[in-house]
Amino acid sequence: MGRNAVAPVEVDRPAGDQDLEPDVPWVVIVWNDPINLMSYVAYVFQKLFGYSREKATRLMLDVHEKGRAAVSHGSKEKCEFDVSRLHAHGLWATMQKDR
Amino acid sequence: MSVREPSIVRRADGRFDVDIPEDQRDVLRGLPDQLRQLLTDADPETDEALRRLFPRADLDDPAHAAEFDRMVREDLLLQREASIEAMERTLDAGELKEDELVGWLGVLNDLRLVLGTRLAVTEETTQDDFAPDDPRAHAYALYGYLTYLEDEIVQALSAD
Repeated sequence: MGRNAVAPVEVDRPAGDQDLEPDVPWVVIVWNDPINLMSYVAYVFQKLFGYSREKATRLMLDVHEKGRAAVSHGSKEKCEFDVSRLHAHGLWATMQKDR
Repeated sequence: MSVREPSIVRRADGRFDVDIPEDQRDVLRGLPDQLRQLLTDADPETDEALRRLFPRADLDDPAHAAEFDRMVREDLLLQREASIEAMERTLDAGELKEDELVGWLGVLNDLRLVLGTRLAVTEETTQDDFAPDDPRAHAYALYGYLTYLEDEIVQALSAD
């Protein structure tokens, strides 16, 4: 994935935005489900996040054996982007504040 | 011991050979449009398969989950429609470009999610769970075939 060379730091928030904890990091969780193939889940982690085959397989096995795994972290906007990409690939992903 | 040749193979030029018999292509032929119909016609509030394709993004904050859905749903629908069109356009092809094969993969995975949700499959479900005269037996057999084909595609895409 490319990264903008100059990323705007300040974002104009609409008046009335209730996000009082802008610095709280978020985490993206992928949950186990009985349908998605283990090979497919590892493939998606490699493709979306650029993880090595080893890391993607370890995360996939965490999902399979522990029921869930944290697959990415960051700002609310970054996690929303990651969740939308995971949903586009049919994975059961959610996001929550990381604390 | 016999080793079956994979049906989908990455070539040196980056394209993929697709060796799928005609009768299996006929099984696949109507499926992309069935997925399109579901995406177009089903009720997003109540249809369990559609809800599986668009899961709630935030379990703690319903308002955020609804905002997320408003933000991304149209784009995710357009992506799914693009995959459906790619598979329909190339259903009889003997070779595919990578983005076309990725389109097939998206459609097949969505179809498995829909069928698996409708059949309430678990990790222990087998064909023996459905009597031969049970209408669901046919759907589960299709689910099994799509599982095989999807795994073939993932192996081909993952090959170095």
